[in-house]
Amino acid sequence: MNGVHDMGGMDGFGKVEAEPNEPVFHAAWESRVLAMVRAMGAAGAFNIDTSRFYRETIPPHVYLSSSYYKKWFLGLEEMLIEKGYLTREEVAAGHAMQPGKALKHGKFDVTQVERIMVRGKFGRPAPAAARFNIGDRVRAKNIHPTTHTRLPRYVRGHVGVVELNHGCHVFPDSAAMELGENPQWLYTVVFEASDLWGADGDSTSKVSIDAFEPYLDPA
Amino acid sequence: MSEHHHDHDHDHSELSETELRVRALETILTEKGYVEPAALDAIIQAYETKIGPHNGARVVAKAWTDPAFKQALLEDGSKAIGTLGHVSRVGDHLVVIENTPARHNMVVCTLCSCYPWEMLGLPPVWYKAAPYRSRAVKDPRGVLADFDVTLPKDMEIRVWDSTAETRFLVLPMRPAGTEGWSEEQLAELVTRDSMIGTGFAKTPGAPS
Repeated sequence: MNGVHDMGGMDGFGKVEAEPNEPVFHAAWESRVLAMVRAMGAAGAFNIDTSRFYRETIPPHVYLSSSYYKKWFLGLEEMLIEKGYLTREEVAAGHAMQPGKALKHGKFDVTQVERIMVRGKFGRPAPAAARFNIGDRVRAKNIHPTTHTRLPRYVRGHVGVVELNHGCHVFPDSAAMELGENPQWLYTVVFEASDLWGADGDSTSKVSIDAFEPYLDPA
Repeated sequence: MSEHHHDHDHDHSELSETELRVRALETILTEKGYVEPAALDAIIQAYETKIGPHNGARVVAKAWTDPAFKQALLEDGSKAIGTLGHVSRVGDHLVVIENTPARHNMVVCTLCSCYPWEMLGLPPVWYKAAPYRSRAVKDPRGVLADFDVTLPKDMEIRVWDSTAETRFLVLPMRPAGTEGWSEEQLAELVTRDSMIGTGFAKTPGAPS
């Protein structure tokens, strides 16, 4: 979706302000949100792409004025309601009012913490041969789905070069909508900054994205 | 919250409201039997104590002292790190990119905040915030200036936008004056920002 989350190339947000000696969390509730998201994801309530899509659908003015963990919280709560794991009445009451829905991987307990400390695997067997080779020129498609995609707006329509092939991966555009993993080849595609930004770009810089094969046409 | 509170001094009340909502959600998830609070505690403890930039720093220091490891690391980051038993376990798809005198690499996630957690811990606020996510791809030198980093005018800058489940770790250049240093000593020079590409490794003797 063409949401406000797709920030690459936007102006007006000001300086990058690094906080010296920043703590891991700025408040205890942030850590609880992080842990709930990780736990419910690991229990099978949702996949990572669906959770990203719920954060993207937070209204733009709320997205822009909320901290990172506030966005995580808002996305998590709405997603769990819509997927039937809890109800709006329960959220309003602050307590469970009916039994839980079965989780794909069962209750998240302490015995499962270790396994989520290593990232999940996203590589999948290839359903077909790769369409592109290293060095091929490709054009990012001019697509504007209203659903989840990982093709940022700032590269759409532009020509780049395939630099790396990462194998076949779960396709976020399908997985986010719970339409299956639909594995696709994944490439690092590098663009000249001058192609992306014209004379306003930095002529010494290049920008790469990791692009799934359905995002690309030969150029 | 009422609208007129929005622009001033709302942090305290917003935090309280958020805190209450977060607590309520955890209560519901617990009562419904989805999660065990002790398991949430354990996740938090791991991120607060075990997983942080020291993991990445050890990988970088090893690469600076062991050419065969460095080559393996650049070929397949996940596989090479997997051979180091003492470093945090790492998942698939970690790509290590080397800074050289000719090219500086910098990592961003414009769409959300993808970051190599296992190597660097949880990302700092600035990495997840709009100024960095918006500008890194269009004005990398301007962003680097915000970090007081200046590169030679003709040096190539490569910005890696983490748009998939690949994760990128920058291998910074080894500082001069560290000949003969041990891995442990070198690891102390490797900063988090040097592995994101918004800084350099520390120079011996310079204030940290």
